[in-house]
Amino acid sequence: MSPLAALLIRDMRIAVRVGGGALMGVLFFLVVVTLVPFAVGPDLALLKRIGPAILWLAALLASLLALDRLFAADHEDGSLDLILMSHAPLELVVAVKGVAHWLTTGLPLILAAPLSGLFLNLDAPAEAALVLTLLVGTPALTFIGLIGAAIAVALRRGGLLLAVIVLPLTVPVLIFGVAAANAAVVGPVPFGTPFTVLCALTLASLVVGPFAAAAALRQEME
Amino acid sequence: MRLSALDLACHRGGRDVFVGLSFAVASGEAMAITGRNGAGKSSLLRTIVGLVRVTHGQLALEGGDPELTIAEQAHYLGHQDALKPSLSVAENLRFWVGFLGARAVAIQPSLDAVGLDELADLPAAYLSAGQRRRLSIARLLAVKRPIWLLDEPTSTLDASAQQRLAGFMRTHLAEGGLILAASHGSIGLDGAQELRLGQAASPLAASVPSPLVGEGLGGGSGGGAPASTPARRLTTPTPNPSPTSLHSGARKRDPGGGGEE
Amino acid sequence: MALADFANPSRFLTFANRAIPWLGGVTLIAFAFGLNQAMVAPDDYQQGATVKIMFLHVPSAWLGMLGWGVMTIAALGTLVWRHPLADVAAKAAAPIGAAFTFLCLVTGSLWGRPEWGTYWVWDARLTSELVLFLLYLGVIALWRTVEDPSRAARAAAILTLVGAIDLPIIKFSVDWWNTLHQGTSVFRLGGSTIYPTILIPLFIMAVAFTLLFVTLHVAAMRNEILRRRVRTLRLMQASAAS
Repeated sequence: MSPLAALLIRDMRIAVRVGGGALMGVLFFLVVVTLVPFAVGPDLALLKRIGPAILWLAALLASLLALDRLFAADHEDGSLDLILMSHAPLELVVAVKGVAHWLTTGLPLILAAPLSGLFLNLDAPAEAALVLTLLVGTPALTFIGLIGAAIAVALRRGGLLLAVIVLPLTVPVLIFGVAAANAAVVGPVPFGTPFTVLCALTLASLVVGPFAAAAALRQEME
Repeated sequence: MRLSALDLACHRGGRDVFVGLSFAVASGEAMAITGRNGAGKSSLLRTIVGLVRVTHGQLALEGGDPELTIAEQAHYLGHQDALKPSLSVAENLRFWVGFLGARAVAIQPSLDAVGLDELADLPAAYLSAGQRRRLSIARLLAVKRPIWLLDEPTSTLDASAQQRLAGFMRTHLAEGGLILAASHGSIGLDGAQELRLGQAASPLAASVPSPLVGEGLGGGSGGGAPASTPARRLTTPTPNPSPTSLHSGARKRDPGGGGEE
Repeated sequence: MALADFANPSRFLTFANRAIPWLGGVTLIAFAFGLNQAMVAPDDYQQGATVKIMFLHVPSAWLGMLGWGVMTIAALGTLVWRHPLADVAAKAAAPIGAAFTFLCLVTGSLWGRPEWGTYWVWDARLTSELVLFLLYLGVIALWRTVEDPSRAARAAAILTLVGAIDLPIIKFSVDWWNTLHQGTSVFRLGGSTIYPTILIPLFIMAVAFTLLFVTLHVAAMRNEILRRRVRTLRLMQASAAS
């Protein structure tokens, strides 16, 4: 199999086997969603209104969880050295790791979102819109996160720095993701408008993320 | 094939690790890089491979594939073993074989050669340090590359494993490969050149082409401490070479395609 | 057989191999009887036949809490009495208890939809039951994250003991807070408020569920002991190889 396919399969294997597997992110997601009614009160009408926003925030935080080890683990055991030495372009390697991260973290979140939506009293059109925006938006969260993960690769307590770097960069994705999810339910803006912008943001992140992350990795490894 | 360096310098962490280094290693030859901790053995290997930027001097590979960098024609065995504990022994090796572009190679012969064939399905986490080292060595056997850059290869290996490694190295040399190995002690290769880093009284350019019988450095198992720890370096001040070589910045003209990142 | 006899894993395996078929058989009989009784029990004058979800929902809730109770005793066994099989019992009980809790949440949600008009409401009892489910998932995640089972045992034991605070909260939530959920009607001072024609099938189902828990738990403990043996053998294989 090609080098990049080998890398993808390896990363997915590791993600599934280590520490609770893909379900850890989903569990964190559920915990965050459960926390919100404790904070804002059990008023179902209120929860329904802020539901999409809560789920988006929870998805964002849960995506961040696995990012911290994405490059750091390879750096610590010497794999990153060999990867940097290889013929495969670093940008593609980074993109493949991003794909593996999304498949093992982002995708389970999307599958768990409808259930959580039930807890927040979302009805069917709202849930459908939410799942669609998450499907399009979570790759952006992963690929923007790659940049922070690469910058923080050599740091010991990189997790917090990663969050501090990445979260502001994800703000546009968050804005348009929630706007699209809400637009489907509340008007007057049609769903398509914020949704197309969300698609554009994701496409941009699929390109910018790997290039920026690869540049950061090369800097760090000097 | 010939790997050569001319006036190589390495600058890391704000200090000169080595300056004015020159050597040449040809097919079938081995070079032992020696010196105390912090002398720059690991940095030299990492510079050759391109993980550390060449700040001055030239690194050239003649006779290799002009389309590939030095790193792409070399195996680097660093301090760490590049193994994932949650994958099995076989899965780890199969990944590297696939990633390094030798997809059709069977891994079983390499596992047999390093004595890990019975453990092929065990998680790498269950292996001892010596077994992990042997698994990384299996990578060198499974994927054929002409240049071997080994950093303390014998660390954590017991006597019989060291002998086996010496055998692999001899076979590699006989097949026309070349080896550069950094080590505190003997790596078990007779007839290797020695490159000693960190000499007190002379510029750090001591390339001693006369072959040494590889026993005078106190054999036995190789030292376990990592070679270059910049923080601990007791600087033996290098007599200041001509200003041009210190401050000439990133001049890296590498005709042979080597030295890239 | 004294409890101390179970301290030996091999003896436990022998016991388990003999007991599981019997336990399974008794469980099936109890379920057959209980479900039959549940079917012939009268409908509620208000809810109609929907009330019969209760025969699944209430025992699941009890068993979910019993599961954590078993884990709590096992946790004390690990930390205080150093019983060799305590952590095996704890680890085996977690997924079973989680499954019962999940069943309780789902059946309750389906029951509540026609009753309250919504699948979920954040009242005290439902929320504390959901928290119990999340605690179960957390403990299971902890067991799976630490590779060495004996090290995971102590951490899981502490987490179990801390999480046990949720059990009284669930039990008394309907008394302490204003909730949508039905108030205490079975285990209360002054006797149950449910009519015997419903109460008796409920207890029979509870017994059946308990037997199911015991059967599954013994089987899961056997699996865990075998799993650990395989792991030990593999570790020995690695260290014995040259």
